[in-house]
Order: sequence, then structure tokens, then C-alpha cells
Amino acid sequence: MSPDDFDGTERRLLQSIVEVARHMFAAAASSIFLVDPDTGELVFEAVSGEGEKELVGSRFPAGTGIVGWVAASGQPMVADDVSTVTQFAQHAAESTGYVPRTIMAAPLIRFEECIGVLEVLDPTASRSDLDDIELLGLFAMQAACGLEFLLRVRRSEGREPDGDPHMLLRRIGERLPGRARPSDATVVRLLAIADDLLAP
Amino acid sequence: MTPTSTPPWRREKRAHFPGVPAWGLATSRQAPERFQVSPLAEVTKEWAWGGADGTGVRVCVVDTGVDAGHPKIGGLERSFQVVSVDGGKLMVAECDPVDPAGHGTACAGVIKSIAPGVALTSLRVLTDGKTGTGDALMTGLSWAIDAGFDLVNLSLSTTRSDFRESLQELADRAYFRRCLMVAAAHNMPVLSFPWTFSSVVSVASHDEADPMTYYYNPAPPAEFHARGVKVPVAWPGGREIRSTGNSFAAPHITGICALILSKHPWLTPFQLKTVLYLAADNTTTQNGEGHVP
Repeated sequence: MSPDDFDGTERRLLQSIVEVARHMFAAAASSIFLVDPDTGELVFEAVSGEGEKELVGSRFPAGTGIVGWVAASGQPMVADDVSTVTQFAQHAAESTGYVPRTIMAAPLIRFEECIGVLEVLDPTASRSDLDDIELLGLFAMQAACGLEFLLRVRRSEGREPDGDPHMLLRRIGERLPGRARPSDATVVRLLAIADDLLAP
Repeated sequence: MTPTSTPPWRREKRAHFPGVPAWGLATSRQAPERFQVSPLAEVTKEWAWGGADGTGVRVCVVDTGVDAGHPKIGGLERSFQVVSVDGGKLMVAECDPVDPAGHGTACAGVIKSIAPGVALTSLRVLTDGKTGTGDALMTGLSWAIDAGFDLVNLSLSTTRSDFRESLQELADRAYFRRCLMVAAAHNMPVLSFPWTFSSVVSVASHDEADPMTYYYNPAPPAEFHARGVKVPVAWPGGREIRSTGNSFAAPHITGICALILSKHPWLTPFQLKTVLYLAADNTTTQNGEGHVP
């Protein structure tokens, strides 16, 4: 394995997050979902414990169920006694092949934005006197930081050679209009600076 | 007014309180700390909401939608959602009374269990993971404040600091229009909005089981502690689950505010907060006397 095999590192990072999360709570299972930045869908990325490994890679619509709420709100949540609820049984069976009694889920936050959800099924004991929800939240914060560094390294590696600046300009042009995101104003300011620098 | 030691509101905040979500207090293990109170003698729980059921009070649940058909909800006045129209502009439109996530139904059920007479409206702002909480929240809240609700339950918050200023303006507008926002503290020890604003009523959890027990927190930003640990809540499909989070503490206070307003409809938001303060379990005893001599 080469040192810049970021895919391999990402796999191992995701797997280690779910392994640790499961053992922190002596839980039946733990799994991790990442938000697809283009569609908002949640992609099932890794599982530890009970569950179907072959479901890794499957996608779930945004904004549904507990994981959906956690992704949308950016807040952790615990739900008990869920095994009697058809919706959960279905969700759990679909996502991991295991029907839990308790679902805990915490967001993976990367600078004010939710990039994924860490889920723990059927915790039986906690290794801390912190509330479960807070402990999971703290751990998710660490996991998100690890993922963020990895994504940054990967992006800085892949981005350098943009041989044709006209391609870059065209892409910026296509991405910019009609979306009132706060980052757009920053982009416009940066373009204005570029314009000033190029001025004769 | 000469407290012998530094009062809670002047002290450094503790990092966390074990056993309950962030900002919460494990009141079953440790009694809330005593602090100096200037009682306004005639305000008691009985005065505040005795005999009231919330009738005549309009509450907007700003969340993931509400399942109107759930037995613990028993119907909604109306149901709206924030939608994206051409060009990405967000606006509020009427929608089916459904809740794909379950969270809003849980909050609405808590409000109804305390104040069965309220008229509930649902406004769905958490539509998907992509929209994010900020833009849809701003559009939705702004609409709810103008729509003239007496109370807005906001069991969510945004960590995005670029929304802080405009949210602050909205919170002030709500306050002066007599639309009281009851906002849940975040479940993690992070800074988010608008629950940290002084013009809203902010709520974190205590870990007792009585839905009407609540405490004033003399060391804000979370100003009140209400039931938020293992709360039995309504869930879509007519079911009930137990859930933990400050999200479920806030609707307890919303329900109690609805009771108070249905009995005293002309209270301003600052009076209502004062009544909440004076009728809290740690500023009164059962017979209405101040607990501090």
C-alpha cells in the first residue's frame, strides 16, 4: 500500500470509527453514513458488528428517519424502544440487516456543516459517566476531524494541475449563478481581486 | 443584594454535567443549586396555569413536519413547508401533514400532552440533508413570526455563524410582536443559534420523569431545565418511542407557556418569561412561597 493511497486510509479510518464506537458502548453494532454533497443522500459506508457488510455503498434518501434528522439538524439523538416501530425495523433491516431496540446517532460536523452520521445500535454499557448522547457526540467530533484532514489532503493532491485556466473559468462560471449560498459572495470577491491583479 | 459567594450567573461555566445532554442538569442526583430570588408574591403555579388547557393559543412547530393523524396529535390547524422555487429562492407553501423524520411529531406530541387545547401548526424546515439548517430555518422563522403565532417551538438550531446577525434580528422582531420563541439548547457543547439569544426562552434537559417539573437555571445561556431524558414521544405511524435530547425539553416549556398564555393572554414575552421564572420548581415551593428565606 502506498503512503498516498487515500482511499485505503479513508476505508481504514471509517472502519476504525465504527469499531471504536461499537466498543465504547458495548453495542450490538455501529455504522457510519456520509452525506453525498451532490444529492444530499446518505451513503452507508462502514459497519461493525451485527449487520450486512454487503450493504456498504447503498444509498438512503435524505431527511428520513433518525439518521435523516441527525444529518439535517446537526444534532445527536437517542431513541429507545424502537423495535416495535415498523419504520425503524424497516430502516434498520434496510441499512444493516439488524433490528435494534435502541438507536443512537450523532452528526459528523465539518465546520458548521454535516458531512455524515455515526450510528450506534443497542448500546449496553457506557465507558463514561457522560450521557451517552454527549459521549457519542464528542467522539463523532473527533471522527469528523479525522475525515476532514483526509479530505483536505486528498483535495490538495488532486487539484494542482489545471493546465487550461479557461477550463477553470468556464467551470466557475457554470457553478456560480443562481445559488444564493454565503460562499458565493466570497467567490465573487476573490474573482474581483483576480480581475484587479490582471488589470493592465 | 449581597451574595456571600460568586452567584451562578457570574461564574465560569462548567464544561459539562455528567449524565444528561450538554447544558443539562442531573437534578435527580443533585438538587439544583440555591440562589437569591426576589419573589413577586402573587405569582404561583396555580395563578400561572391552574385550570388552563392552552385553548386559544396558536403554536407553530418549526421542525421536520408533523404527522397530523397521530393519536397524540389529534389534527393540525395547518401544515406548511419551506420549498425551493426556481432560481433556488426559498418560500413557504402549504403541504400535507406528514413527517418523514419523526422529530417534529415527537415535539408536537409533547406540547399537546401538556396543553391539549392549543391550535398547532406545523412548519417543516428540515427538508433534506442538502438544504442545511440555515437558509430554510431563516425563511421559515421569518414567515412564522409574521404569521402571528403566539408561540414558536424551535427544537433545532444552526451552528452557522453567518446566520447569527439575521437570526438575532428575527428573534428581536418576534419578541416585540409578542411571538415567543422557545428554543432547545444544542445537544453538544457547541455554540449555535438562536437558543443562545436573550430574547428567546432557551431550554435544556433535566433527567426527572415529571413533565410539569421545570427549573430556572441561574447560570444561563440555557435558562430553563425541563424533562428531556427518556421522554415517551409520539412517532409517525401512530407509535410511541422514548427519546432523549434537549429537543424534547423545549416542547415541555412551550406547552407550559401555552397554558399560561391561555389563562393570561395579554402577557408580553418578557412577562411570560418572568412568570415562567416565578413558577419554576426552584423559585417556589408547592404552596407558592419563595424557597429562599
